Amino acid sequence: MAQNVNFDLSHPAVEAGLESPADENVVHDSFSQLIAEQSQNEGLSDAIELQHLQGNPDDDEGRDNVAYLSPSENRGWRIGSDEAAEEDNETQTDSLLKDRWSSATLKILSSMPSRTIGRSRGAIISQYYNRTTELRRRTQKRASIKDFSRSARPSIRGYGVEVDTTDSAEKKQERLVKNLQDLSAVDRMRMLKEMPLNLSEKKDLRRLTLEMTKRTRSSSNLPCCSYLKFQIILALRHSWYSCLSFLHSLQLWQMPLKRVGGRFGSGVLSYFLFLKTLLFFNVFLFLVLGSFLVFPQAVYLPELPESRTPFTGLELLTGGGYFSNTLLYYGYYSNHTLPNCPKNNSTRPECDSRSLSYNMPLAYFFTIGLSFFITCIILVYSMSKSFGQSFRIDKSNGMLAMKVFCSWDFKVIKRSSVKLLSENICTQLKELLGDTHHRLVRNTILDKLIKLLIHGLSWTLCLGATAGCVAGIYCFSDYMHKKQESSENDSEDPGLLNEASLLALPVLVSFINLMLPILFQLTAWMEKYNSPSLRTFVSLSRNLILKVSVLGVLCFHWLKRVAGSANDDKTFKCWESFVGQDLYRFLVIDFIFSLLDTLFGELLWRLFSDKVLKRNRRPGFDIAKNVLDLIYGQTLAWLGLLFTPLLPAVQILKLLLLFYIKMSSVMMNCQAPSRPYRVSQMTTIFITLLCFPSFLGSSVCVTYTMWRLPSSGSCGPFRGNKTMIQAGKQRIAELVDENRSLSFLADAHTYLVENPLFLFVGAAIFLIVIYFQSQVVDGQRKIIALLQEQIENEGEDKKFLITRLQSVHERKRTPARNLTSQDSGC
Amino acid sequence: MGTTASQLAKDSLSEYQSNPFKTRICQVFSTSEDKDGSLTFEDFLDLLSAFSDSATLEIKSHYAFRIFDFDDDGTLDCGDLEKLVNCLTGETEDTRLSSEEMRQLISNILDESDIDKDGTVNLSEFQHVISRSPDFVRFVLLSETF
Repeated sequence: MAQNVNFDLSHPAVEAGLESPADENVVHDSFSQLIAEQSQNEGLSDAIELQHLQGNPDDDEGRDNVAYLSPSENRGWRIGSDEAAEEDNETQTDSLLKDRWSSATLKILSSMPSRTIGRSRGAIISQYYNRTTELRRRTQKRASIKDFSRSARPSIRGYGVEVDTTDSAEKKQERLVKNLQDLSAVDRMRMLKEMPLNLSEKKDLRRLTLEMTKRTRSSSNLPCCSYLKFQIILALRHSWYSCLSFLHSLQLWQMPLKRVGGRFGSGVLSYFLFLKTLLFFNVFLFLVLGSFLVFPQAVYLPELPESRTPFTGLELLTGGGYFSNTLLYYGYYSNHTLPNCPKNNSTRPECDSRSLSYNMPLAYFFTIGLSFFITCIILVYSMSKSFGQSFRIDKSNGMLAMKVFCSWDFKVIKRSSVKLLSENICTQLKELLGDTHHRLVRNTILDKLIKLLIHGLSWTLCLGATAGCVAGIYCFSDYMHKKQESSENDSEDPGLLNEASLLALPVLVSFINLMLPILFQLTAWMEKYNSPSLRTFVSLSRNLILKVSVLGVLCFHWLKRVAGSANDDKTFKCWESFVGQDLYRFLVIDFIFSLLDTLFGELLWRLFSDKVLKRNRRPGFDIAKNVLDLIYGQTLAWLGLLFTPLLPAVQILKLLLLFYIKMSSVMMNCQAPSRPYRVSQMTTIFITLLCFPSFLGSSVCVTYTMWRLPSSGSCGPFRGNKTMIQAGKQRIAELVDENRSLSFLADAHTYLVENPLFLFVGAAIFLIVIYFQSQVVDGQRKIIALLQEQIENEGEDKKFLITRLQSVHERKRTPARNLTSQDSGC
Repeated sequence: MGTTASQLAKDSLSEYQSNPFKTRICQVFSTSEDKDGSLTFEDFLDLLSAFSDSATLEIKSHYAFRIFDFDDDGTLDCGDLEKLVNCLTGETEDTRLSSEEMRQLISNILDESDIDKDGTVNLSEFQHVISRSPDFVRFVLLSETF
């Protein structure tokens, strides 16, 4: 008998002059008005009684058997209802009763738990009462069945008791307080924090809970020492909280980030947050490397091999010259235990006490390994956390509802940005609506073919440009390498021009990194994509391919060519230092080119657009391109960690300057992005890109260097023409020989790390865990589908019951109407 | 609670002057008897704590639901959804959706989020939609997160 009813209050099927059983002349067409009327009638609300429909209208307002509609609580919440009542009286002549539900039915509908949860304080209290009961049941052990006598009623046994819902609000509050008392302190605070009530009500609840606790506790007298301990713990906790709040206010760059977020929204803010994250990574690396490598070496300075070249300003750019024999590079570090005390000569003051000895090669080896390991762990953790936030189990296509409910960015406060945000949302909604509309429209074969052709052409163009530039870099680096070798063989004095020519390769690479994305953007303009996210992904992948191939060819150049041509005479005597200098140069030139890009791309473009073109649109801030630039710079920093231990310091300086420059440029020149930007998804992608191509690539390169490449013979901590790993193993063997107690380390290393069985077992366990997780996810999907079906069935039940109720009302009313019509007919 | 001198009228909240939900925010957090949307200090604290980054998703979704529930009846019906979409898209003529698009949008939203098919979105259904979107917590914040 359940029809397909619609609870829509603007239903066109109206019945004029429908009289409710309780109030004859008043017409209800919305719940808010109903609720307002209930508040105006201060009498008690009773449960609906079907027998009393023909009785006195004054006492039967419709009895609701849910006590939480008492007027004193709800008055504050029904702010809009009075206005709605007035409005309704005005529009009554326009729209007749819009719904065929009687007022009694509407009252029942309005007091259903699913609706009162959203507006009524009493409903929230009872909901949290239920939750705390459940929590208490779960955390506390129940007395086992054997403890109760056989004839005890189920309620005494303590399970299967239904909560009585006919209590008043005060009793419910008492029960909630009692439940809160029984929870542990942590659970209690969490429950109180989660309740969506007013602050004053939460304070009341907490006060009541603590009062009761104090009452029960004051009966026992605490011995004075535990009282003292209690006070000390309280004082410590209080000071810890004040310390935390002070630390929170010291957060780096809080005000600038707030300003950017308020003006541009969360998309542009995510770029600056990413920059801050990279800064903290580099600070950590700097601290580790500085304290374990740089500081000991700085304290015990090695002997200077030859005279230093004087300082000219060019060193800041090239990293060579004055900087080449300093702490900055690998070649400076000594390869023996510090302090370096030759056996015969004991004139140096540090050699007197042998208690502080510091094995530099081992320290170098382990510090680099440790810093990479910890960086890996932090990256994987943040990637998994960010991935977990954006991955959803049920793949329903609920895009529209999510967009409407979740897309308003409450951070934005500037009026023009709010306007832009509104336009943005409007465009997105129209696009999504258009999608669902036009999905049925089929393109002709010709259209599809043309689209495919254009896509193919643009991809060919982009990939061809990338390949051409990569080949250019390869040849140019080869040429520079040969020129370098020949120039060193020819003359003794390098000369300033030679130093400056070292900058040619970095300038070329940065120039390609600047120009080619512009080409990609131009080709993307002529293509047509189905969705804006596809466009973003395609442009991101093209840029990524460019950067990965450029870095690949550079790594080849350094690790194969430069390392391969090392020999003990003048040319590339210390290839690691040379590679370190090259990386320093790349980092510095990359920074200069970012400055130029900001200058031309944003400042000059805005001036041009304002003065010459007289348009009001400012350039938008391209978030993806800037983040990829940051990732590229960080990859260079990670690559150079082995060769230049002070490179994180350079990167820190670069990031600090970049932050302030970009911040001021964005504030002055840009406007909020006009295209939609999905923040969580893009942040996850960027962290994944930081982890996988960037960090993985650099750690593979460093591992290859340590494992396969022979280190140079005359500089650095691993000199001796062996690979770094072999040198490290030799050192460890020497150390173990000196101290017998450390032999277990060597054994552990042989049996665990070098044993292939261990790796196989580890990989197998990993795969099994992944398989189990995927099965769990499958099961959860099935359960979600079942539960959704169940909810739909409950909805059908609800509709059925309401229709039956309505029909019963109508049947009871029609005899009354027949009676009155008979009376009037007389 | 207190005199009128200790109340914050909704015009004084200059941060939210351009926020289209400013009236609703004030009404939701106000506990005043006059229902004029003015806030006492404790109401203001409530507002800040609901929008802070240490508030749970439950609290944020509850208050967001009440902000979007323009007629305060505990569910989001078609009228509420229409007012919500109009607030989102702004007041100017070229950003408003046409009535045809609005109708289609509302029916799509109800299709996607109304699980028990009663024509309205109640709090549990709203929370279900919100829980699937990772952007919600990020957006309903007054201060940025690390």
